[in-house]
Amino acid sequence: MSSRAKPLLDLDPATVRQARALARKAGRPVVKLAQSHTTVSVERATLRLAGLAGADHERVPWVNHLVDAVRAEVGLEHGVTTPVYDALRRGEAPDLLTLAQKAASGSVQFRLPVGREATRAQSLARREVSRGIRTIDKQRANRDRLVKRHGDPEQRPWIYLIVATGDIYEDIPQAQNAAREGADIIAVIRSTGQSLLDYVPEGATREGYAGTYATQENFRLMRAALDETSKELGRYIRLTNYASGLCMPEIATLAGLERLDMMLNDSMYGILFRDINPIRTFVDQRFSRQIHARAGIIINTGEDNYLTTADAVEAAHTVTVSQLLNEYFAKEAGLEDWQLGLGHAFEINPDLPDSFRMELAHALLARQLFPKAPLKWMPPTKHMTGDVFRGYLLDGFFNLVGAMTGQGILLVGMMTEAVVTPFLSDRDLALQNVRYVLNAAGGLTEDFHPPRDGFIQTRARQVLGEAVDLLDAIVHDSDTAGDPPLLAAIADGTFGLMKRPADRGKGLDGVVVRADGYDNPATTMLEEGSDR
Amino acid sequence: MSASTTDSAMPLEPVPGPGARSGRATPDIVRPYGDTTGDGMVQVSFTLPVPHDKRAEGAALQLAAKMGLEPALLVHAKAMGPDFTFFVVYGSVKHLVDLREVTVVEREFPLLTPTEVNKAIKSRLRRKLVVVGACIGTDAHTVGIDAILNIKGFAGEKGLEYYREVKVVNLGAQVLVPELVERARAEKADAVMVSQVVTQRDAHIHNTTTMSAAFREAYPAGQVPLLVVGGPRFEEGSADRLGVDRIFGRGTTPGEVASYLVHALAPPRVTTPSTKEKA
Repeated sequence: MSSRAKPLLDLDPATVRQARALARKAGRPVVKLAQSHTTVSVERATLRLAGLAGADHERVPWVNHLVDAVRAEVGLEHGVTTPVYDALRRGEAPDLLTLAQKAASGSVQFRLPVGREATRAQSLARREVSRGIRTIDKQRANRDRLVKRHGDPEQRPWIYLIVATGDIYEDIPQAQNAAREGADIIAVIRSTGQSLLDYVPEGATREGYAGTYATQENFRLMRAALDETSKELGRYIRLTNYASGLCMPEIATLAGLERLDMMLNDSMYGILFRDINPIRTFVDQRFSRQIHARAGIIINTGEDNYLTTADAVEAAHTVTVSQLLNEYFAKEAGLEDWQLGLGHAFEINPDLPDSFRMELAHALLARQLFPKAPLKWMPPTKHMTGDVFRGYLLDGFFNLVGAMTGQGILLVGMMTEAVVTPFLSDRDLALQNVRYVLNAAGGLTEDFHPPRDGFIQTRARQVLGEAVDLLDAIVHDSDTAGDPPLLAAIADGTFGLMKRPADRGKGLDGVVVRADGYDNPATTMLEEGSDR
Repeated sequence: MSASTTDSAMPLEPVPGPGARSGRATPDIVRPYGDTTGDGMVQVSFTLPVPHDKRAEGAALQLAAKMGLEPALLVHAKAMGPDFTFFVVYGSVKHLVDLREVTVVEREFPLLTPTEVNKAIKSRLRRKLVVVGACIGTDAHTVGIDAILNIKGFAGEKGLEYYREVKVVNLGAQVLVPELVERARAEKADAVMVSQVVTQRDAHIHNTTTMSAAFREAYPAGQVPLLVVGGPRFEEGSADRLGVDRIFGRGTTPGEVASYLVHALAPPRVTTPSTKEKA
């Protein structure tokens, strides 16, 4: 990614090491927590890997029916697959789908098998779930082949554009047009509120609020359309969606099965901004990241969100802290550096003196802390006022920072941000803006060397120092329940002033403590790297 | 926000009309100003779903004429893909603006500082003022309600949580209307505050009318809490139509909302009839 020889910021390597060590210290107890729990969504994702899809006439997915039935009878402490495949072995139903359908009407008896019965059920489960894992592997190989055939974008950063009509059949031509106009990555924004649904909708959808539902069929349709466009353009167009909210593990799984290329997947976003239970989030997140790692999907984290509620100067270090935590959790789950689209954003109040210099300092800090990660650079939203002319200029400066600091992924800013969903012409103008800046100033990375101990270097060091202080406060946080320090910190409002205790929030009732005999063949294969 | 929101206590001389600050009287009839008084110049940009050619440019000028731009100058036309063309048109608009026919909603209450708000509630209500807030329907964008309620606030002003005499119950995102009514009742809410950001397919209108209807059904007449909605795309003056007491638009600060709550729920005892009754 960054091919620079000499670092542009004179950061103290010891401070950088200390920051990573603190992030590890804060994260490790949370990983332990994730390893000792499961959730309804993790179990449903496992059944999806085994090939269970579809929904009843009221559009309740069969995976929900089956997990609920097993939970009601024998609990999920041992994992859903052991009782499910035990029931299949006993001939309760000829196949998984029929079993789910019968379970929905309450006509299946589940039990927890023991001894040899248990072993047999588990090896059958592993055989079935491994098919899904191999499909994910095959899709990853397909992507590699297509990227080789069509090629990657010629320039860095890759240009990331959003479509959001609510109707997948409207999204498709819009996405194809955007790619023809120069987009390298298409993100289909999800319908508002999908993150709080505890099931994944089914089928091709034409109704959505401010976005389109993430469904397996929508994923498939859009990927197929972009494969056509990739061929037409001689450039592999990547597809992005959102693995967040209550169904994070299932959406990650569907993304792997349908060859999506990037997924939004932040470690704390759901907790802070959607009030999803912290434990639910961390458990779901670990599973979804293991899937992403396996599927060769690049994750995008959501640090830009902090700056939409907090001040971008005062809270600059919270972005760094979140990036470090996201990096720790991602690597622990098996993701590699090239898969870490860590987020940051151009959100400093443009009325402040030196706002552009500070943006440069912050963007360089992220670039230098994570030299091998692609980094996702997000455009201004908070200070887009409706004055579209001023907004267009601001987006130009945003693009300039992106070009000067070697960002990997650039989300294209729209001058109509906060006014309307972008017009066709807004998207065209925005892409002209990006192209002009990259053309005119892309080479500045070669000339731009902030002077030693100058404004930019000093500011970057200051932000890193504040990040270390905050991480230090986090690892020393505690609560009466004896939760891991990071959870205690989240509970007392360390991030974005939102207090999110570990025993509250949406989706808590879907969290289950694993029993000793817990078995999940998907987790096992993801951790072993095996496919049988 | 206009520049003159400091305080009602500021002694302002009676002025002849809006825009009279320069001392020059504004005429009743005006036209847009480009670079000369009365030139009527405006600029518009739009896209037509036609390929870029001579006919497309003619079509753009036809639209400009129908919009009242005469003469119109097509200064820019650019193909956007094979099927669309983008235009920028300048022209003199033949319409006139009659300032006497303009109606606006003026702020009907004085702006108070947090201390004044707390004092007013304490002395007139003699208990804490209870506000229940939420994002309803499928709207998960809590930015608006959080900016008003969270202590963090907005535009340098602290949110309602900061006011000692205000009890804030923020239910967060995607709250169902029955749940909101239930909580409002349980908390004995004086005011219910709802934020609606998502406007696709008029979701904000639909959600707001559903909410106000539910409150009217659940409470005896005259005892419904003060219903306040906020969001960037509500039409000014549509409060009655939506069945709510007040609408706040883009850029509203917590201080304005707090001042309004005092005005509506804890008004000064000796008072002239409020502008609301007059209207």
